[in-house]
Amino acid sequence: MTTTVPHPPAKTSVRDRLLRLAETVTTPLLPADYLDLVAPLRAGAALRGRIVAVDRETRDAATLTIQPGRDWRGHLPGQYVRLGVDVDGVRQWRAYSVTSAPDRPDGLISVTVKAIPDGRVSNHLVHRTRVGTIVQLDQATGDFVLPDPVPARVLFLTAGSGITPVMGMLRSGVPSRADVVVVHSAPTPDDVVFGGQLRALAAQGGIRLVERHTDRDGLLGVDELADLVPDHLDRQTWACGPVGMLDAVQEHWAAAGVADRLHTERFRPTVIAPGEGGTVTFTRAGLTVAADGGTPILDAGEAAGALMPSGCRMGICYGCVLPLRQGAVRDLRDGTLTTALPGDGVLIQTCVSAAAGTCDIDL
Amino acid sequence: MTVIQHKPVNPIAHLSAEDIEILGKELDAIRDRVLAERGESDAAYIRKVIKTQRTLEMSSRAVLLFSLFPPAWVVGTAGLAVAKILENMEIGHNILHGQYDFMRDPKIHSTTWEWDHVSPAEQWKHSHNQLHHTYTNVLGKDNDLGYGIMRVDEDQKWYPMHLGQPLWNFLNACFFEYGIAAYDLELGRNLRKGRHKTPEFRARLRGVGRKIRRQVLKDYVIHPLLSGPSFLSTLAATFTANLIRNLWSHSVIMCGHFPNGVETFSKTSIEGETRGEWYLRQMLGSANISGSRLMHVMTGNLSFQIEHHLFPDLPSKRYQEIAPQVRALFDRYGLSYTTGPLPKQVASAWWKVIRLSLPNRGAARPTTDERPARALATSGV
Repeated sequence: MTTTVPHPPAKTSVRDRLLRLAETVTTPLLPADYLDLVAPLRAGAALRGRIVAVDRETRDAATLTIQPGRDWRGHLPGQYVRLGVDVDGVRQWRAYSVTSAPDRPDGLISVTVKAIPDGRVSNHLVHRTRVGTIVQLDQATGDFVLPDPVPARVLFLTAGSGITPVMGMLRSGVPSRADVVVVHSAPTPDDVVFGGQLRALAAQGGIRLVERHTDRDGLLGVDELADLVPDHLDRQTWACGPVGMLDAVQEHWAAAGVADRLHTERFRPTVIAPGEGGTVTFTRAGLTVAADGGTPILDAGEAAGALMPSGCRMGICYGCVLPLRQGAVRDLRDGTLTTALPGDGVLIQTCVSAAAGTCDIDL
Repeated sequence: MTVIQHKPVNPIAHLSAEDIEILGKELDAIRDRVLAERGESDAAYIRKVIKTQRTLEMSSRAVLLFSLFPPAWVVGTAGLAVAKILENMEIGHNILHGQYDFMRDPKIHSTTWEWDHVSPAEQWKHSHNQLHHTYTNVLGKDNDLGYGIMRVDEDQKWYPMHLGQPLWNFLNACFFEYGIAAYDLELGRNLRKGRHKTPEFRARLRGVGRKIRRQVLKDYVIHPLLSGPSFLSTLAATFTANLIRNLWSHSVIMCGHFPNGVETFSKTSIEGETRGEWYLRQMLGSANISGSRLMHVMTGNLSFQIEHHLFPDLPSKRYQEIAPQVRALFDRYGLSYTTGPLPKQVASAWWKVIRLSLPNRGAARPTTDERPARALATSGV
């Protein structure tokens, strides 16, 4: 009697073998390190993009059109993308909403950046970006998206650069499929990012646009919504803007018992009480730094020269998560204390966590 | 040289403890000025050097595929040697020092970089950055003083094996990368003390073994095989390129701490050393090489060894920039700034290796730390 042991299917393809051969030639580098010199956007490379146009939107906002690398998987309207940009020679990661419609025939995407005061990255992108620059990218992500099918009646409630994810949705054809109201706040008519396009869309009857110019009329109060959009609580609402506005909006919808009809996107973390601070040790890097209770571990690590992974810096993208091996950290947004005992590996978001005593971070 | 404490004329006797602290502050100020400017130009510089090096290496290797043709052999070998020198000196050494960590580019970072060298980056960083740069020129602490196989200071004890040190030094120069790998493993000491069986040592040994295998496979098997009929001539070319790289880096590194004029220090002298005293030791314990811009690039700016030892983590191209300020401090504090052209410095270092292969002449000098004086504290306190 003979038994046959089934052969495992050959897993190494010719391509894999060639790649391994190439690695023996390029060691200690990888073949990719050489290919990156000539084809940084090729399939299989770390995801990058090339800036192909910079268009000024307002005095402090610009749209960057980017040709993404071959492995870009596309995005849903409303999602954001993390962008790694070298500012003064230092790689900085930030998240920006994608403002282009998905599936543009030319395959390009765009993000629209508003320069915020003292914002190193936003000012660099708006005022000093040169066409041809290579930026690092991550795949698009985010839950601030419309369901399929689109609800019949939609309200977009935005302020400042909060219009950017909504613009991505408007450009993807939502106005033709739903009854859309946009209530947008900006200091003056000239400060409205995409002002011209929004007004044109309204003139064509695609959307109803309510502009609020806060320099003249003051901030929009939630109690005014009843007059501006009488059926606002019956609409599915997507809101994006400053922290104060979102807090008020959430309270308003919750008080009406329809919190499930509200979807929000926050661009900045809400920092409440800082804690006591402590000593942070990055165990593998062998670095120890003292950090106060108001400084995110991410900032403390970067200042000490650790190669910290980072992303949105506001607690939403999880690009900065590292294991806390032991010690305690406090969430800067809500004061929650997270502790880890020796041997644990509690994953924490370093961009919104500050030391609360001694802590060991696995980096 | 002789440890500074045993010299008939102590070169720092004229400095008070206070002077040394002010000197330290002045050096801190130079460092702060560079840090304030450090940024885009440094990032652009290292990226340019990396791109040049990779282009040169790949094109040289491509030319060597036809190395049977003599001009191709010459051009390819020269190009590969230069590429390997650039990779080790201006790129690898400096990135592994963390000079470009500020860029936060995971591809150009001291924790992720691996270099074209048989000693794994991780082990080299420990013996070089942590030991050599901390204990620079302290006898019994800084193994760079003779690499454990030579005697380069009168105050190091003479053993008969030192008679052969001109030969050891020559062999070490030819196979320098292997010498460094053994040095980073502390092979001699670990074997002597019977620590070669500990799991920790064996893991490090395996790491070196893996690295050697990969390097040898690349240079002496795969690349020659890809050259087909040029197999043997390519093998000779990669061997020659490695030899040139080894001789060059060995020469540059000998010039850093061995030439005449460089001071050494006794173990006890660094107990409780202040920041100012540490700086002073780096100033006196290193020597520069004078030369052209090309020379500085090819030495990885270790031709500014003094500036490098003062500020090991500043981007290397900054050393040239701050050298006049550093030199002005030497003048102002009455210290001698040791420098000279490469041939002179190499000859000076070699002469020391040859001279000290014999025992000290004349009355035996004190060879232990019998004088209680701390070098830097003798000066005025």
